[in-house]
Amino acid sequence: MSALHRHVVVANAEEIPPGGSKIVEVDGRSIGVFNLDGEYFAVRNACPHAGGPLCAGMRSGFVRSEGPGHYEYLRRGEFLRCPWHQWEFDIRTGQSWFDPQKTRVRRYDARIAAGAELLAEEERLAAAGLQKGPYSAETYPVRATEEYVIIEL
Amino acid sequence: MSSGTPAAGFGSIDCDVHNAVDDIAELFPYLPQRWSDYCVEHGVTSLAPAFYPGRAALSATPESRSSGRAPGADPELVRAQVLERGVDVAILNCLYAVQPIHNEDWAVAMAAALNDWQAQRWLAADPRYRASIVVPSQNPQRAAQEIERLAGHGGFVQVLLLANSQVPLGNRAHWPIYEAAAAAGLPVGVHPGVAGGNPPLPVGWPSTYLEEYAGAALAMQSQLTSLVCEGVFSRFPALKVVLLESGVTWLPSLMWRLDKNWKGLRREIPWVADRPSVVIRRHVRLSTAPFDGPLATEQARDHLPRFLDQLGSVDMLLYSGDHPHWHHRDPEQSLLQFLSPAERRQVLRDNGLATYPTILQGAAV
Repeated sequence: MSALHRHVVVANAEEIPPGGSKIVEVDGRSIGVFNLDGEYFAVRNACPHAGGPLCAGMRSGFVRSEGPGHYEYLRRGEFLRCPWHQWEFDIRTGQSWFDPQKTRVRRYDARIAAGAELLAEEERLAAAGLQKGPYSAETYPVRATEEYVIIEL
Repeated sequence: MSSGTPAAGFGSIDCDVHNAVDDIAELFPYLPQRWSDYCVEHGVTSLAPAFYPGRAALSATPESRSSGRAPGADPELVRAQVLERGVDVAILNCLYAVQPIHNEDWAVAMAAALNDWQAQRWLAADPRYRASIVVPSQNPQRAAQEIERLAGHGGFVQVLLLANSQVPLGNRAHWPIYEAAAAAGLPVGVHPGVAGGNPPLPVGWPSTYLEEYAGAALAMQSQLTSLVCEGVFSRFPALKVVLLESGVTWLPSLMWRLDKNWKGLRREIPWVADRPSVVIRRHVRLSTAPFDGPLATEQARDHLPRFLDQLGSVDMLLYSGDHPHWHHRDPEQSLLQFLSPAERRQVLRDNGLATYPTILQGAAV
């Protein structure tokens, strides 16, 4: 994020209710804006893997396991699956979680975190046994005023 | 040493040698009388596997037929033709077909008799012989009991399963076998063979032996996929599986495909926390015969290094001669001559020692 933030109004707040989303166009970039239980997040609508329309993908939770036959379904509705290859991305951070190539992850850490709260969230997922993948979707800070959803570029 | 064969005294391990029962009566001393009489009264004269037609051109080397008995039936002849030719330890995988018997009680008795026969007739005949435990896979609980019965016998270094099983080998029904094998510290060898009524090819029954033999790798790939995806190695992290007599050059493409599709379908098998290729490299070993590569040496010299690059290392490969079978390529064209001396030593010896940690206990080498 550059020092000069630009605030862009992308929607009326009621257009994106909790659980909802909207794909908007800003400066020629397609961006998906998501409302997760009242919190807003924006993700670049281009999968960092192959450029697929990530934000048009299925929204689901994350499945982890402690062994064959055991399923733990985490954070329902907070993961995007790219419609092209079904790779999974965390809407809150843009981080992919399908590929445990830890050595390639750190390169992306710096532009994932949007604040102390998101960092804490990542630590919680890592503690639950999830491993980061090498890709990170581009995300933008979003803020809802009384009437508008605004993203920072 | 010659580049295509092991050398005596080197400590080389041949992980796939086939011993055969020439006459079912050889097993009668090890069977309860109820079952030996059953064989006689019902006219059961042989359980020699139909999937190796005895006189088919590829089934046995001409010299292994020299005794007039079934190829692989004579411990002295196998000694002369395997152990005296540069192999220091030979692992016997007996394919006498007790696994397709539909009466599980009879199958349990036959498997136990076959193992006791192996101990008396083979393991006692030469300290360089080792054997695989043949199990009645019809009932995995009773198969596990057979593993437990023989676990303390140092001559048995592996559990043998057949690739054409009734249900895929990763299925949880089979897990008592893996649990017992892991507890005993024994790897599980999977060898082509019919164990239940499924055809040897995924698409049905072939018309010819050629089709069946060429297709053996397909069943093995299905079993490997099943073992990984069902989470056998997640549940039994110490377990090693050895894929026998089914080639190795198909493996890189299967690993590429599994890794690729795991990224998109990972949520179906969340217990597989690493890429499938990582799991395979950690837990799976493959025997080197038959080796499927170009027939022309010049082409092989060009292609095989690429295969080895794709495989990543020779860590997964175990030397096998596959005596008395004769359906692989001539030794001088085999994989070994394309390896560096260090790699050759790995394939001939070190990988086997790591896979069968107790194999040299009490051995002559």
